[in-house]
Amino acid sequence: MAHSADHTHHIVHEDGHHDLEELRKFGFWLFLITDCILFSVLFATFAVLKNSTAGGPGPKDIIEMPGVIAETFILLTSSFTSGLAVLAMNNGSRKGLIGWLAVTILLGACFIGLEASEFLKLVSEGHTIRTSAFLSGFFTLVGTHGLHVSVGFFWILALILQLSRHGITPVTVRKVQITSLYWHFLDAVWIFVFSIVYLMGVI
Amino acid sequence: MLDKLINFASWFFVTGDPLIYGADVAIVVTVIAIVFALTYFKKWGWLWREWLTTVDHKRVGIMYIVSALLMLFRGGFDALMLRTQLSFPDMKFLSPEHYNQVFTTHGVIMILFMAMPLMFGLFNIAVPLQIGARDVAFPFLNALSFWLFFFGAMLFNMSFVIGGSADAGWLSYPPLSEMTGSPGVGEDFYIWGVQISGIGSLMTGINFIATIVKMRAPGMSWSRMPMFTWSVLASCIAIIAAFPVLTVTLALLFVDRYLGAHIFTMDGGGNAMMYVNLIWMWGHPEVYIVVLPAFGVYSEVVATFSKKRLFGYASMVFAMMAISVVSYYTWLHHFFTMGSGANVNTFFAISTMIISIPTGVKIFNWLFTMYRGRLSFPTPMLWTIAFIPCFVIGGMTGVMLSVAPADFQFHNSYFLIAHFHQVLIGGAVFGYFAGLFYWWPKIFGFKLNETIGKWAFWVWNIGFYVCFMPQYVVGLDGMTRRISTYGWDKGWWGLNFASTVGGFLMGIGFLFLVWQIAHSIKFMEMDTTGDPWGGRTLEWSIPSPAPLYNFATTPIVTDRDEWWEEKQRMAAGKAEKKRQELSPIHMPKNSAIPFLQAICWFTAGFGLVFHWLWIAIPGFLGVAATLLAHSFNYDTDYYISVDEIKRREAAARRTV
Repeated sequence: MAHSADHTHHIVHEDGHHDLEELRKFGFWLFLITDCILFSVLFATFAVLKNSTAGGPGPKDIIEMPGVIAETFILLTSSFTSGLAVLAMNNGSRKGLIGWLAVTILLGACFIGLEASEFLKLVSEGHTIRTSAFLSGFFTLVGTHGLHVSVGFFWILALILQLSRHGITPVTVRKVQITSLYWHFLDAVWIFVFSIVYLMGVI
Repeated sequence: MLDKLINFASWFFVTGDPLIYGADVAIVVTVIAIVFALTYFKKWGWLWREWLTTVDHKRVGIMYIVSALLMLFRGGFDALMLRTQLSFPDMKFLSPEHYNQVFTTHGVIMILFMAMPLMFGLFNIAVPLQIGARDVAFPFLNALSFWLFFFGAMLFNMSFVIGGSADAGWLSYPPLSEMTGSPGVGEDFYIWGVQISGIGSLMTGINFIATIVKMRAPGMSWSRMPMFTWSVLASCIAIIAAFPVLTVTLALLFVDRYLGAHIFTMDGGGNAMMYVNLIWMWGHPEVYIVVLPAFGVYSEVVATFSKKRLFGYASMVFAMMAISVVSYYTWLHHFFTMGSGANVNTFFAISTMIISIPTGVKIFNWLFTMYRGRLSFPTPMLWTIAFIPCFVIGGMTGVMLSVAPADFQFHNSYFLIAHFHQVLIGGAVFGYFAGLFYWWPKIFGFKLNETIGKWAFWVWNIGFYVCFMPQYVVGLDGMTRRISTYGWDKGWWGLNFASTVGGFLMGIGFLFLVWQIAHSIKFMEMDTTGDPWGGRTLEWSIPSPAPLYNFATTPIVTDRDEWWEEKQRMAAGKAEKKRQELSPIHMPKNSAIPFLQAICWFTAGFGLVFHWLWIAIPGFLGVAATLLAHSFNYDTDYYISVDEIKRREAAARRTV
C-alpha cells in the first residue's frame, strides 16, 4: 500500500516536471529573442562604423580569409555534432550523448583558439580596439560572439559533468536541448558575422 | 603612508559639501540603527529565511515596492533640491556641478529605480493571482531579477558619497559622457548601476511573458484574461525588445571609456549620434513600458468601482498591443533638431501622432465604463479619475511636441519638462499609486486609512498642477532645461517660484502617504473578507493576505470577470462550481543564490567603476560560481502536503 502511494506520488512528480521543463524551454526561446536583438544592435553599430577607419587599416588590410574559413567550418561542424548529441540522447545513449557533446565543445575550443590568435595577431601588429571606429566595431561584434561561444563551452562542460552524475532525466534532457539551441543559435549568428564582417569586408 | 591614505580617502569619498557630510552621517546612523535593531530583536535569521532567500512572488513584490518607495523618497528629495535652487534668480544653494549631478540622479532614479520597481512590484503581486497561478514561471529567476535591480540601484546610489555622481544627464549622451568629457568615476557608476539592474529587468520581461502565456488557469482563454495581465504582457513584449538595446549601448559606452575604443567618440571615426539613436531606441519604448501597466491598473480599478464590465475589452487589448509595437518606431522624436532631415523627421512625427490614437481609444473606454456605472470613490478610484484629465493634457502637449517644425521651438525647453512629467507622473505614478492602494489589502491583509489617503491625494494633485503648469509657460518664455540658475532680467521668477511651491506641496503629499501607511500599520484594519472592494478578478477569490501557494485548488475559469460572475452565480443560488480535489502542491525551495549572485555582480561592477581588476575579477568569478552552483543543484523543489494545505486554509478562512 505504502509502495503504491509512493508510486502515484512519483508519477505526479514526473508530470509536474514535464510541464516545468516545457516551460523552461519556452523561456529559453524568449531569451534567444533578446540575444538576437542584442546581436542586431551590434551588427547595426558595426555597419555604421565600418567605413570609419580614421587613417587606420580597413577590412581588406587585416582580414586573412584562410583562418576565418577554418573557423567557419569548425563551428559549422560543431553545430552538426551537437545535433548528433541530441540524436544520441533521443536513442537513450548516455555514452554517445556525452561523447558528441565533448566533441562539440572541443571544436568550440578550437574555434575560440583560432579567433583569439587572430585577435592577438592584430594587436601585435598594432591594430587594436583604440585604432579606429571600424576596429572598435569589429572587436566588439566578433568578440561578443566569441564570448558567447566561450560561455557555451563552460556551460556544456558543466552539463557533461551533470550527465555523468544523473544520467538522462527530464531535467538533463531539457538542459541538453537548451544548450543545443544556444549552440545552433551561435552558429547562425556566425553565418552573419562571416558574411557581413568578413566576406563583405574583403569583397 | 598616512598621507597616502588621507589622499586616497579624499579622492574616494565625496568631500567638500555640507549637504554630503550630512548625508554621510545620516547613512552611517541608519546602517547602525538597522544592524542594532536586527541584532537586538534577533531578526537576522528571520531576515535571511523569510526575505533575502525567498522566491515567493508576493514577497519579491513587497521588496520591490519597499525599495521603490525608498527611491521615490531619494528622487523626490533631489527634485526638491533642484526646485529650491530654481526658486529665486541667482541662487547659490547648489553649485552648477552639483546641480548637474542632482538632475542626472533625479532622472535615473525616478525612471529606473522608482517607476520600474514599483511596476515590477505590482506585476509580482497581481499577475500570478489574477491568472490563477501558484507562482511566476521562473521563481528563482524572479528573485534574481529583484536582487540585480536592488544591487544595481545601490551601486548607482553609492556614487553620491563615494567617487562622485554621474552628471551627464539621465541618458548620458556622449561625447560628454566619454572619458574626455567626464573623466571621473560617476559615468561608470551610472553604466554599471543601470546595466546590472537592466539585466534584471530583461529577465523579468521574459519571466512574465512565460508566466502569462503558459500558466493561466484552465479555461482562461486570451479573451478572458484580466486587463492588467494584458497590459503586463504588452509591457513585457516591449521590455524584451528594448532592453537588449540598452545592454549593448551601455556596454559599448563602457568599452569606449575603459578600453579607449572609438564607437561614440568624436575622434577616431566614432559616431556619437549612433549612441543617441540607440539609447532612445530603448528609451522611448521604456516610457511606454512604464505607462502600459498603469493603463492596466486603471482598467481594473475603473471596472471594479463602477461595478460594471470594462467597456470595449477588445479595443483595449488591441490598443495596448498597438502601443507596444508602435512605441518601437517613434524614438527619433526625441531629437528632431539634431539634423536627420525633413523626410526622416516626418516619418517619426507621423508615427508619434499615430501612437496617440490607441491611447485616446483607451481614455474613451474608461469614460464609457464609468457611464451609468454605480460609482464609488475610494482612493484607487480617485487616482484613476485624476489621471484622466492629467493624461489628456499631457498627451495633447505630446502631440504638440510631435509636430516636428514646432518642436524646434519646444525642444529641450521647460515645455518638454512639463510634458514628460505630466505623462510620467499623471500617467504612470498615479496608476501605480492606484494599484498600490487597490492591491494593498491583498498583499498585507489590512486596508490603508482612506481619510489620510484622501489628504495625500488632494495635496499631491494640487501640488502637481501648481508645480508643472507654470513650467509649460516658462518653457514657452524661453527657459531651457538643465540650467542651474537664471537672472532677474529673464522674467522667469514668478513662474519658477510657483513651480517650487507646487514641488514642495507634492513633497507634503508624499509625507501624507508615509503617514497613511504608518497609521494603517498601527491601527491595522484587517481585511477579513479577502474581497474588500467587491472585486471582479480571481485574486479577490482567495483570503487576504494570499496564502503561500495562492490557490488551494486551481480555479477553473468560465467567464471574463470570473470572480464577479461566480459571486452572481452564488447569489442566484446556483451551486458553487465543482472544484478539484486537494492534491500536494509543488513549490520551489528558497535559495540564497540570487542574493549572493547579485552581490557578486555588485562587486564586479564596483571593481570596474574604479578600474580595479583585483575586485572586478573575483566578482565575475563569483557570478560564474553561483551560476554553476545553481546549475548543479537538483534539489530545488518540495511538496506541500494535503494536510498542511487543509490546516493553512482553515487558519485563513477562520477569519472569514
